[in-house]
Amino acid sequence: MVTAVTNLGRSGLSDWLTQRVTAVIMLAYIIFIASVVVGGVEYTEWKALFSQTWVRVFSLATFLSIGMHGWIGLWAVSTDYLVPHVLRIKAGEAVASQANLLRWVFQAASAIVLFTYVVWGIQILWG
Amino acid sequence: MLKVSIYRYNPETDAEPYMQDLEVDTGGKDLMVLDVLELIKAKDTTVVYRRSCREGVCGSDGMNINGKNGLACIIPLSEALSGSSKLVLRPLPGLPVIRDLIVDMSMFYKQYEKVKPYLINNTPAPAIERLQSPEEREKLDGLYECILCACCSTACPSFWWNPERFIGPSGLLQAYRFLADSRDTATEQRLAELDDPFSVFRCHGIQNCVNVCPKGLNPTKAIGHIRNMLLTSAT
Repeated sequence: MVTAVTNLGRSGLSDWLTQRVTAVIMLAYIIFIASVVVGGVEYTEWKALFSQTWVRVFSLATFLSIGMHGWIGLWAVSTDYLVPHVLRIKAGEAVASQANLLRWVFQAASAIVLFTYVVWGIQILWG
Repeated sequence: MLKVSIYRYNPETDAEPYMQDLEVDTGGKDLMVLDVLELIKAKDTTVVYRRSCREGVCGSDGMNINGKNGLACIIPLSEALSGSSKLVLRPLPGLPVIRDLIVDMSMFYKQYEKVKPYLINNTPAPAIERLQSPEEREKLDGLYECILCACCSTACPSFWWNPERFIGPSGLLQAYRFLADSRDTATEQRLAELDDPFSVFRCHGIQNCVNVCPKGLNPTKAIGHIRNMLLTSAT
C-alpha cells in the first residue's frame, strides 16, 4: 500500500471511478450544448434555456465534474513528471533537488485555477 | 556483414555511456540476436550481457532490440531488423545500468515481492494436497507462465516514472495470479494492499506490456480483472 494524501479521494479506486463518472457527465453535457448550438441559437433562447433550473443543475454538475476530473488528471501528471528522478534526466540535478517544491507549487496552482473555475461557474449560473 | 550498434558503459572506465558501432559476419544466416552477441563477445570479451538457457525460458537476456524490448535468444535477426539495416542493442529502459546491457533489477524484484507471490492459506493442510477443479486451474492459464524477464515493466512509462510506487505489469500479473487462485485465502488482504492511487491505478491501459511480452501474456487484462475485483469488493 502506497500512502498518498493529495489525491482527490482516499483510494485509487475512488479516483478511478470518479474520473470515469465525471467523464460521462462531461460528454453528456457536450452533446447537449452542441445539439443546442448546432441548430443556431438566439440570445433570448439561450437566456431562456439557462433560466431553467435543470439546465443550471446540469451545468453545475459539469463544472464540478471538470474540477474533479481536472484535479485527478493534473495530480497524476504532477506525480508522474515532477519527481526527482524524472527531472534529473530532463532538467538536471539543480531542478531535481527542488522536485517536491515544484510539484507542490504546480498542484497548488492547479487547485486554485480549478476552484476559481467552479466558483466562477456558480456565479455565472446563479449570479 | 551485419551492422550492429551496441550500448556500452563500464562505470569503472567510462565517464558516460556511448553506442559502439560494429560489423558482424553472420554468414548470411538468420541468426538469433543472442547468437550475434555471442559472435561479438568472441571477438571482444569486454562486452557483457546476461544469458542462460538460450531458449526463452529463463528470462535472463531481456534487452531493448531496435527499440522494442524482447528476449535476444528467441528473436531472429529478420524480425529484429524488420527492414532496417542495423541492429541496435540497448539495455532494458528505465532501470539503472550496471554495465553494458546489464541492468539492476532490484526495483523490479521489490515490486514483485510486494504482491506476496506465494499461496497464503492458513486452513489446516489436507493429507496430500489442496485440490483444484480443472475449471479453477484454468483460471491460472496466461498468468503462471510469466518468467520475470522484466520486458513488460521496463516498456511501461508508468513504471519508468514511478518505479517505487507503481507495481508494474509483471508484478500485477502475478498479483492477479494469486487473487485468481482458488487455494488462496488472502484475497481481501491482497486487495486492500492494492487500493491506493499508485500500485494498480497508475496503469493507463496503453498495453506496451502486451506488445512486448515474449510469452504472449496479457498484463493489461489481468490489471482489468484486479480493478473489477476491487470495484466488486468496494461497492
